[in-house]
Amino acid sequence: MQEILRRLQEKRDAAKRGGGQKRIDSQHAKGKLTARERVELLLDADSFDEWDMFVEHRCTDFDMDQQSIPGDGVVTGYGTINGRGVFVFSQDFTVFGGSLSEAHAEKICKIMEHAMRVGAPVIGINDSGGARIQEGVASLGGYADVFQRNVLASGVIPQISMVMGPCAGGAVYSPAITDFIFMVKDSSYMYVTGPDVVKTVTHEDVTHEELGGAITHSTKSGVADRAFEDDVDALAMVRKLVDYLPANNRQSPPSRQTADPVDRIEPSLDTLVPDNPSKSYDIKELILKTVDELEFFEIQPEHAKNVVVGFARMDGHPVGIVANQPLVLAGCLDINSSIKAARFVRFCDAFNFPILTLIDVPGFLPGMAQEYGGIIKHGAKLLYAYAEATVPKITLITRKAYGGAYDVMASKHLRGDINLAWPSAEIAVMGSKGAVEIIFRQDRDNEGRIEQLTEEYRAKFANPFIAAQRGYIDDVILPRDTRKRICRYLAMLRNKKLENPWRKHGNIPL
Amino acid sequence: MFKKILIANRGEIACRVIKTARKMGIKTVAVYSEADARALHASLADEAICIGPPPARESYLVIDNIIKACKESGAEAVHPGYGFLSENAGFAERLDADGIVFIGPPAKAIESMGDKVTAKRLAIDAGVNTIPGPTDVIHTAEQVTETAAAIGYPVMLKAAAGGGGKGMRIANNDEECRSGFDRAASEAQSAFGDGRVFIEKFFAKARHIEIQVLADRHGNVVHLGERECSLQRRHQKIIEESPSPFIDERTREEMGEQAGALARAVNYESAGTVEFIVDAGGDFYFLEMNTRLQVEHPVTEFVTGLDLVELMIRIAAGEPLPMAQGDIVFQGAAIEARVYAEDPARNFLPSVGRLIRYLPPEESPHVRVDAGVYEGDEISIHYDPMIAKVITHAKTRDEAISQMLGALDNFYIQGVSHNISFLAALVQHDQFEQGAFDTNLVAELYSNGFDPRNSQQNNPALLVTVAASIHCYRTMRLVGDWVVVIDDQQHPVRVRHYEDQQSHEVQIGDSRFEVVSDWYPGQPLFKGTINGEGVCVQVEQRETKYILSHRGSRSEAVVLTHRAAELLSRIPAKEPTSTYTHLLSPMPGLLSQLLVDDGDRVKAGQDLAIVEAMKMENVLRAERDCTVAKQLANVGDTLAVDQPILEFE
Repeated sequence: MQEILRRLQEKRDAAKRGGGQKRIDSQHAKGKLTARERVELLLDADSFDEWDMFVEHRCTDFDMDQQSIPGDGVVTGYGTINGRGVFVFSQDFTVFGGSLSEAHAEKICKIMEHAMRVGAPVIGINDSGGARIQEGVASLGGYADVFQRNVLASGVIPQISMVMGPCAGGAVYSPAITDFIFMVKDSSYMYVTGPDVVKTVTHEDVTHEELGGAITHSTKSGVADRAFEDDVDALAMVRKLVDYLPANNRQSPPSRQTADPVDRIEPSLDTLVPDNPSKSYDIKELILKTVDELEFFEIQPEHAKNVVVGFARMDGHPVGIVANQPLVLAGCLDINSSIKAARFVRFCDAFNFPILTLIDVPGFLPGMAQEYGGIIKHGAKLLYAYAEATVPKITLITRKAYGGAYDVMASKHLRGDINLAWPSAEIAVMGSKGAVEIIFRQDRDNEGRIEQLTEEYRAKFANPFIAAQRGYIDDVILPRDTRKRICRYLAMLRNKKLENPWRKHGNIPL
Repeated sequence: MFKKILIANRGEIACRVIKTARKMGIKTVAVYSEADARALHASLADEAICIGPPPARESYLVIDNIIKACKESGAEAVHPGYGFLSENAGFAERLDADGIVFIGPPAKAIESMGDKVTAKRLAIDAGVNTIPGPTDVIHTAEQVTETAAAIGYPVMLKAAAGGGGKGMRIANNDEECRSGFDRAASEAQSAFGDGRVFIEKFFAKARHIEIQVLADRHGNVVHLGERECSLQRRHQKIIEESPSPFIDERTREEMGEQAGALARAVNYESAGTVEFIVDAGGDFYFLEMNTRLQVEHPVTEFVTGLDLVELMIRIAAGEPLPMAQGDIVFQGAAIEARVYAEDPARNFLPSVGRLIRYLPPEESPHVRVDAGVYEGDEISIHYDPMIAKVITHAKTRDEAISQMLGALDNFYIQGVSHNISFLAALVQHDQFEQGAFDTNLVAELYSNGFDPRNSQQNNPALLVTVAASIHCYRTMRLVGDWVVVIDDQQHPVRVRHYEDQQSHEVQIGDSRFEVVSDWYPGQPLFKGTINGEGVCVQVEQRETKYILSHRGSRSEAVVLTHRAAELLSRIPAKEPTSTYTHLLSPMPGLLSQLLVDDGDRVKAGQDLAIVEAMKMENVLRAERDCTVAKQLANVGDTLAVDQPILEFE
């Protein structure tokens, strides 16, 4: 017994040393923490149970049988974040460069299956050179096994990917399927093919960072949801995100107490929308003044900034917020913002987040680039996502709700539960001047008449009353009362039940 | 007494006049430009009349529109506030011709004091000490050097029609004298349409002290003591106080007597201010007389207990002054700090934008806040960038300073850059506390602006305690064992809530701090007591960070577990990447000058471009050594905020 315990301790120590002190130092020098250090910071203190610490690879080719490190380059197990259970895998770059072997993949699959069975989130920390080339196709098979489980878990349990080192080639597709991807600036990158291959194929000269760094993916491509300064900050932020998420799709997101009064009045919101209709304003001010405690966890803050999405709490209950941002491209919808919002709406619907939609949208962005890029299908994704969603949907029109974009953005017609408008709302097919120029085409050159007709049209339609007359708007509210009213309606809708007809799955316009 | 008066002004002064009028039972009429349709003064008044488009010269400065508004509303009198038409003799005359009372001095007095040469002559005749130098206008460069030699260098060349620092040139020798003369004359010509220039002795080390006078049409004149206004930046006053910590009773009396004599000499009525410069030896010299209510009048109101606006209205209505000089009692010390929309860290560039949060300190017998804005209001490009004035009063100067620091800590503004931290740093500065300063102090201390992030935090334990407390509330913990990282310093802390959960203890090393606060996350001010002492720290939550502002300093705090702090110190700190690739316009404005060309190598601090905004010329300087790659804007372009002007290599 004593002997066994001694050997157990030795094995544990060996596993914990990973690739050895030299490699650990080199990991630190690159600004990265080790796999186990990351798990420590991610989880509550002393809450981590590591499993499969003694798993080793089974490869014998290329002298691989001569070198074997317990754990085989990935740390897996179970722990808690603020007391709530999560499953974790964390690739160890100090062991075979974190490369994925058959055994390594099996460890990941094992915790994913556990997570599915008990209904708890999976957080994957990626820091891997790629496939274990020595193992060949067995390694590739390992990837696919992980992908399959990612797909089956999608919409069942929340899956979060931390990319905290290299993640290249086939490896990118596991994070790609998960709900959120977080990256760390300067120390992580993701791409299908690296700079060397890019150079030979397309003759483009590009660095790792430019091609697939955290900034690239969180601004240009939209692959990553957030980019953080360092490992410590990134892990602290995932903990914050997990606080918003339900453990699985059968639970509601966890509520918590707040001292922030539900009936807090914000008089300054009365002047948020400028007098001049062509002047912009920051929709985030409305978000922050409406939610609890000024806390807004924004998703993709630097990508497709004309729409703002993220999580917040109201009266302690998590909500998903989608808002047009008048500061960027006048808040219009384009390909990127449609995809960003659609994906967020679907996440909210899958995991029972009520959706608060704040609208100031002049329409879809016109232009060849948009049409050639398929704005029709991408815009339809957002429409599809809203129409399909059965969670509580509260919509507030702050200013413009023009044309097709009005329909798309959680309108009454798409089963919006509560549709509100500020007095400054204008719900119309298009802006007054454009409308008049079409209706009175024959007078187009008569500037004075167009101006007069525009004024008439504006007086008639540039307000929330026509829509309210038809019941498309449930009520016109004072901006200062926004928080109070929305908190009330969220409480009212808490037990909402709505089901879509049975089907294998819909056919969202991908 | 009048039944209804019109206030031909905007902002805080319009609101302040409305307040007194209301107290006196007088109805008020506000005028506003299109940019001010939502402004506070327009909604406070009983009536409000739009007088034109946003630019002041098309609204607040259009005499016809204001007279029309008077007639429309039936206002019997006009209070001009300060600035705009307040020292425009023509305006006073026009009102008079239309039978409307001007709440201010007679047009004649405005006119004679508006001309610096005439004013100086009148002052000499009234027996007022004046600055050495002849009262003749200088016509040629030769005349300048001759006169300068007679006075002795350094000398100051001044525009006869001048004011506010325009058309003034200091010269230390003949050559500077000659070039300064031409520039002063041309500047005066373009600014005032009057190129007359005269010359005076220049005092390098001097204070600016002014005397408040009141006079009625029955020949009564009193003075209300002095105001110390030496803390200025580019002729813009920042901090004013009464009494001055420098002058003694005898000097005060002499200055008061001379100020009164001058007021009598011009048959002055209403409130006026006689400005003096006072040299290191305590000798004082007449500078000019401001024939209007001053921005800094509240300090005088605090120490005398009088309402100057009320007295102005009564005098204008023909009432005699209700007191004689002997009745005026000065009590305690009062300080005023002007809160401007400007960015001290960017060399005080003016700032515009929406007041997303505006929480002024609470008013009390010790604290007064004069402001003309509200939360959700806009600081616009068209007018003066002053947001508010904070005035404190106490028995002693030290107490007034401490009241001021407390009030500034409690003043929270979000949405535009502001100088609150700078004001706090200035009020705490040793030289201010000791009263040992002159008009150069601000320029000497803050020649390159002021950055609250570099300001010395004199009480780190306080911020550590507050950061730990906030983190406790935010993470909903009753206990905590953390490391607070502030400005790269790690401070281990333990937090324990007491049983009643109303208070908790933060332990830093061997020191224990008992914290009582009802703060909850999302509130911008952490108010409470630490070991029984009141504290107010401004808090900005930024995801995992807290930005804490207190007493003129601004620090970033992160609260970590011990393990996270330990691991953080294992990875190398990141070099902040240089984001200075473009010169951006810091505000909307007009690009009036570009001072560099493509390919120029520039040094950090070098002038690059000049942007005109808010009636100010703003020099944009290089933040680092670099080479200009390309000009992205042309002289004469209207710039949006953050619009690139230059690209660097």
